[in-house]
Amino acid sequence: MTCDEADILLHALIDGELDAGHALEVENHVAACRRCAAALQAHREMKAAIATADVRFTAPTHLRQRIEAALPQSRGASRRSLLAGFAMGSAVSAIAATGLVAIVLRDDDEQRIASEVVSAHLRSLQAGHLTDVISTDQHTVKPWFNGRLDVSPPVIDLTALGFTLIGGRLDYIDGRALGAVVYKRRAHVINLFVAQAPNATHSTARTEDVQGFNIRRWRDHGLNFWAVSDLNADELAEFSDKFEKAMQTNGKA
Amino acid sequence: MLFGSSRDDQTKVQRFREAALPYLDDVYTVARYLLRDPADAEDAVQECYLRALKHFDSYRGPAMKPWLLAILRNVCHAEFARRARSGTTPIDELPESAEATAPLWQETPDTPEAQALQKRDASSIRRMIATLAEPFRETFVLREIQNLSYREIAETVGAPVGTVMSRLARARAMLRSAWLAEEEQPK
Repeated sequence: MTCDEADILLHALIDGELDAGHALEVENHVAACRRCAAALQAHREMKAAIATADVRFTAPTHLRQRIEAALPQSRGASRRSLLAGFAMGSAVSAIAATGLVAIVLRDDDEQRIASEVVSAHLRSLQAGHLTDVISTDQHTVKPWFNGRLDVSPPVIDLTALGFTLIGGRLDYIDGRALGAVVYKRRAHVINLFVAQAPNATHSTARTEDVQGFNIRRWRDHGLNFWAVSDLNADELAEFSDKFEKAMQTNGKA
Repeated sequence: MLFGSSRDDQTKVQRFREAALPYLDDVYTVARYLLRDPADAEDAVQECYLRALKHFDSYRGPAMKPWLLAILRNVCHAEFARRARSGTTPIDELPESAEATAPLWQETPDTPEAQALQKRDASSIRRMIATLAEPFRETFVLREIQNLSYREIAETVGAPVGTVMSRLARARAMLRSAWLAEEEQPK
């Protein structure tokens, strides 16, 4: 192998793109050639330096909104009513000549919301995305939401009960803005998403596993709640129990 | 089948959202590096998503990310063409012949001892990447920041894998020169 060939192939070696035979050839050349050995070392170093620096960009929130808004909204009616609760919207009801169609559709939508909740949770775990307002004080977080959302979520400090309030964030699920209250249990982040429900009926909490995350959702005081975390199901249930109890005690916090 | 078809549309948009929106940051990152202008990058990303939705019916692979990035690339190249016509922004596209003839070793410091690289912060690394000429910048970003395989890069930029490899080698050599040059200048 010549140095000219090695100049190109050493990059493929660094990138893990070479098969075993060619990798060996490059390694043999590098072992015998100081110049190429130095180049290999230098490029490895640079690659590592770039990998540890955060050179990515994050799409601004208004761009996300713009794109969401630009995607066709033909199913607006059903989506809106869905976010406003898990009831069927008028558009869906119209289709639902048979109950079966309605059930299939609704399940799809519930699944979609659940997977969007997980996506939003994952996004929030990326650097700098977790909170827009950082505070362990519910009296700071709560007013921050006012004026930013139609419905500001109840913010309840559960620190004494083992779930630390760390802040709040605006997020988008199903193309609509909603509030997320962020808690921590040990190293686990819990995102509590809150959206307005269509009616005040209470629905008890249940947990489902979506893409390896636990989502616990319930409806209370005219609001829909989704708590999502990589926390185990038992502790997430404990979280929602404590949250609901605290809400009853506090009124609407 | 009035409702049926609209439901198909709904399902399509929904599948598109789930498949494509998680890559928004990736698409935006590449747009920032290619266009080097935040506002243009935003426009390009939006255009990319609209085009992607339009062609989503015929999407059969490759993986979603390279597919989106290939669309983004087309959008960006249309923007390059527009800039060239309006003459507002100088373009730095090297003629293909320069790519073919420039020997690699010119950019590689010919000293056997590897000079140690100083650690640089993210913003100076971003700036150095931005100074790379197209198409080296493009290949470099797809590989080093987006983690695409050589084959995926080749499909995305519509060039043979061999071309991708030589572009990447040159991009890294140029970046390393820039890195070392910057260190020699006192701040």
